Order: sequence, then structure tokens, then C-alpha cells
Amino acid sequence: MTEMLPPALILIAAAILIGPFKGHFRTLVLLAAPLLTLWTIWQVPDGVVTTMPFLNYTIEPVEGSALRRLFATVFAVMALVGGLYAFRVAKWYELAAGYAYAAGAIGVCFAGDLITLFLFWELMALFSTVVVWCGGTAAARAAGMRYAIMHLFGGIILKVGIEGVGVHTGSFDIQPMLATSFDTWMILIGILINAAAPPVSAWLSDAYPEASPTGSVFLSAFTTKTAVLALILLFPGEGILVWIGIFMIIYGIIFALLENDIRRILAFSVVNQVGFMVCAVGIGTEMALNGAAAHAFAHIIYKGLLFMCAGAVIYRTGFSKCTDLGGLFRTMPLTAICGIIGALSISGFPLTSGFTTKTMISQAVADEGMITVYLLLAAASAGVFLHAGIKFPWFVFFQKDSGLRPKDAPWNMAVAMIIFSALCLFIGIFPETFYQLLPYENNYVPYKAGKVLFYVQLLLFSGLAFFLLLPLMKRTLTISLDTDWLWRVMFRKIGETTFNTVAYVGSRLETKAQATAGNLAALAKRHLSSSNSPESLGVFSRTWTIGTTALWVVVLLTVYALVYFT
Amino acid sequence: MTDPKQQDAWLVRPSSIRILWRFFWMILTLTVLAQLVIKIKGSFGFDSWIGFGAVFGFISCLLMVLFAKALGMFLKRDQEYYLKDLKDD
Repeated sequence: MTEMLPPALILIAAAILIGPFKGHFRTLVLLAAPLLTLWTIWQVPDGVVTTMPFLNYTIEPVEGSALRRLFATVFAVMALVGGLYAFRVAKWYELAAGYAYAAGAIGVCFAGDLITLFLFWELMALFSTVVVWCGGTAAARAAGMRYAIMHLFGGIILKVGIEGVGVHTGSFDIQPMLATSFDTWMILIGILINAAAPPVSAWLSDAYPEASPTGSVFLSAFTTKTAVLALILLFPGEGILVWIGIFMIIYGIIFALLENDIRRILAFSVVNQVGFMVCAVGIGTEMALNGAAAHAFAHIIYKGLLFMCAGAVIYRTGFSKCTDLGGLFRTMPLTAICGIIGALSISGFPLTSGFTTKTMISQAVADEGMITVYLLLAAASAGVFLHAGIKFPWFVFFQKDSGLRPKDAPWNMAVAMIIFSALCLFIGIFPETFYQLLPYENNYVPYKAGKVLFYVQLLLFSGLAFFLLLPLMKRTLTISLDTDWLWRVMFRKIGETTFNTVAYVGSRLETKAQATAGNLAALAKRHLSSSNSPESLGVFSRTWTIGTTALWVVVLLTVYALVYFT
Repeated sequence: MTDPKQQDAWLVRPSSIRILWRFFWMILTLTVLAQLVIKIKGSFGFDSWIGFGAVFGFISCLLMVLFAKALGMFLKRDQEYYLKDLKDD
């Protein structure tokens, strides 16, 4: 078999070329590179394709499988449509960073060993931080710094785990494992940090909304979903993931309900949706893993679409808060329609991609007879409609009339949104075509009359709840504290207090030391000073007789001898 | 634009909102009544009861909103909360 280079290299090359190329050439690079990547992805056969020496190890930079191609495909599609969405607005360095970030994600998809995985993992951390910084504000710089620290910290934990596994098993191969030892726990925690799992979910809602309107489209796609892929490859059936997933699902809903910033609402709902996937990986059956992979694919598209709509609104109005927005359907009808399609998809409405993928996870749970998890997932499906499905389009496009009359999205943004809307509907209406891409054989049938009716009831009555409870959901000019309060405020306060205490004690000691030094100097002066008048000579400066000196020597030697022999 | 109320979009006129609500209630009733014809084959028995999805969806949303509201009393802060630190730097 001929060896091939990692498909990620194409996007890395594109990222390098974006800077020096200008005008139409840059556009060409932006659009051709992801297309070429897509083509290459589908040339990768199953199994290990490429091996090469790296330090003292043999690494496998390219390994193919249906699952890996599926994730790589959606990442490449995201780069393509994201590039189309961004290219007329974004700075060249944001585009370059976005493409390098996408390259990292695609590199992880085909990583055959943990070393390659780690290298591309860090590439993602590096360039996603740059994308956050491209937000350009002081808040974006600060959020980017916190983001970088969190991801480098996660990277270190992952690296500790990888090295442990390598040392203890002698193999860096990517293969299913369970969190049973320190090493595997470290790997699991390292991956879960990227998946925005508790207790560090806050990094996501902290950083993504601070990026530029185009940057957050890129950010929404890659990091958390590569983490889901890594979980499918490394920890299928790891029971604890079920409950971590459930926690993420509920956390995302509750915090999104409290939120006022539209992109932060979407960021919380990323955590919520990734929770569904993490939960499915924890179930670990073939249908559950198919569901996790399918849902990740569908999620990248509709969440990208929602961030695009939010981005278009922010780009046109300059506002990002529900309290400032409203009534935009009048002048931004296309954005509103695309936003509604994205919102229905994330809610899993029949005929949209969310329905044909999320219900697969619910079915896998039901097949395992896990009644509590099943009911929690059903409640969460209702909650998704509540917090994202209606809340996002309602507060942005309807609600009150904010008086804003912005123009609809620019043509390139509009085309990108239309492509993603069409994909949402395509996966929803013709699921069988999409199911052929899934890693395991699939015999799940989403469209059964009873199932459709159940979900329509569930969702429409959630809608009823939304409109009846609207007075309770009046938006306020607030943020909600999250666990990041610990490191943004508490650790900082502890640090400052410690610093101040040390500084205070230090200054006191210094004063004391100066006083002591002064006293010693006076003492020395008193006893050592040699002046001309014999009466004022210091005690050590006077002349003593030989006899007295000899006596002192005898006394000292005696004391020494006593101490030495006892 | 002499009388903005008259010229405003159909969707936001009070009269059409009343129509939309009536339409919505009708659809809601229909989705429950449809269970007389279409059987929901539940996985656990109780999920095939008539109106289970409707009641379950509504009550879960109610609980989530109330829970969020209660949690908000402890967690909500002014939107400038973290920005103050930023200005100090």
C-alpha cells in the first residue's frame, strides 16, 4: 500500500499561504484547500496507512476508518463553509489561524497513535487561542489567556496519561481502554477538559463569545467534537461518561436559560449538545456510538449555522445581547429563516438533522433499559427546545421591536448559511443516505409515526411552556457565576492576599532588621571603636595584660574539653 | 410611515397574535388527540400513555425554568462583574 501524508497538511499549507496571497488568490486558497482536503479524506483507506519514525518511536500519522473519515469530513466541510462565511470580513490572520485550527482537528481524526494525537491536539489549542484573540478587545485578550491556560493545562494532563500508558503498556496505539489506572484516568481527564466537561465547562462560554463574529463560528466546531471522537476511539462504554454527559446536558440548559448574551446562550448549548454525545459514548453499544458520531456531525452543522446567524446579527447591528435585540425578522428575513432552521435542528424537530441523530442516542439508551437516563434525555430534549430552539430565534428576531433595521447578511454569509440550512434539512429528510457514513452497521429507523408524534408532543408543549413562562424569563443585564469564578476571583484574591501578606511581613522584617543592624553597629562602635583617649576605647580595643589573656584561653579550653568529652 | 402600528408586519399585530395563539392551541390539542389513531410504542409502558409526551415536556420545562430562576438568585451578577477587574489591570 502506498503511504500517504496526513490530509491535515493541506490545510496547514493553506494557513501558511493565506497571509502572502491577496485578493482572489486568497479566496481561491480558502475555498480550494478544504475541497482538496475533502477529496483526500475519502482516499484514506481503512487501517494504518502511514508509519514513520519519530524520536525513538514509530508513529502512525495516518490511520483510516469510517468513523475517522466521518469526523474529518465534517471538519473539512466546516472549514469550507466557515471560510466562505468569513473571508470578506475576517482578518487574514484570523482566517489563517482558523484553517490551522481545522488542520489540527483533521490531524487528530487520522492519528493512529497517541503521540500524533497529542501533537495535533496541541496544534488545535495553539491556533484556537489565536482565533479567540482575534476578537481584538481587551476582554478577548483576557479570555484568550484563560482559554490558553486551560487548554495547555489539559494538554499536560493528557501528556502525563499518554506517557504513563506508553511506559506501562509499551504501546502508544489508539485502542479502546477503560479508566482503570492513573494513566488512563489522566488521558480521560485530559480529553474531557476539551469536551468542556464539569467542573471546567466554563472555559467554553467564557472564550467563544469573546471571539469575532466569524471566529466563534470556527470555534464552535472543532475542539469539543475532536474530544468526542477521542472518547469514541479510546473510552467507548466507560460508564462514568453517561453521568458526566447528563450533567453537561442539564448544566447547558440551566445556564443558557439564565443568559442574556446570544453567543453565550449558543456556547452553553454546545456544552449541552456535547453532553448528549458524551452520554452516548458512555453507553458504548454500536447504536449509541453511531448516535454519538452522527449527532456530532449534525451538531457541527447546525451549531455552525446558529453561530453564523448570531455572527451576522452582531456584524450588522453591533449588539449581542437579547436585551438590545428583537424584531429583526423584518429586515433580516433570510438570517431569521436560517436561524429558525438551525434552532429546530438543535431541538431535534422531525425533518431536521437533530431528530434523525439525537433520537438514535435515545433509542440506544432505551434498548439498554436505562429508564432514568432515558427520561432525563427526554426532559433535556424538551429543555433544548426551550433554551435554544425557541429562546434564540425569539429574542433575536421577534420579541419586542428593538427599533433596529439592519440590512440582511452579506451575500457570502448568506450563501454559507443557506448551505448549512440545506444540510440540516437533507440529513433530516434523507437520513438513510447520511447513515451510510456511520461507523457501524445501522438498522435504526427514525421515522415511525409513533416516535414522531411523541417528539412533536414533547416539543410543542415545551413551546407552550416557553410562552406561558415568558414573564419568568425576562432578560436581565446580568451574567451568571460559574466555576470559573474560582480561578477568576477566588484564586486571584487568595494570590493577592498571600502576596500582600508576604510583602507586609517582609517590610516589617526589613524595618526590624534595619533597627537590629543599627543596634549592632552602635554596639560594635561602643566596644571596638579606637580613639585616642584610653577611657573612650571600646572593650575589644583596649590593651590587656598577657596574664588575663592566658586565663581566658585556659577557661575557654576547659569549657571546650568538657563539652567534647561529655 | 404615518401610523407605524398599521404598517408593522402582520406577525406582530395583536390581532394576528390572537389568531396564532388559537392556531397553536388547536395544534396542541390535535397532537394529543392524534394518539387515539397513532399508537406511540413506548419503551417502558408508561411512555405510551395518552398525552405522556405533552405532560412530560411541559412539566420538565416548568421545573427547569423554576430551577434556573432559583439558581439565578445565587449566581446572577451585574454584567460588569468581571469587567471591573479588567479595567483595574
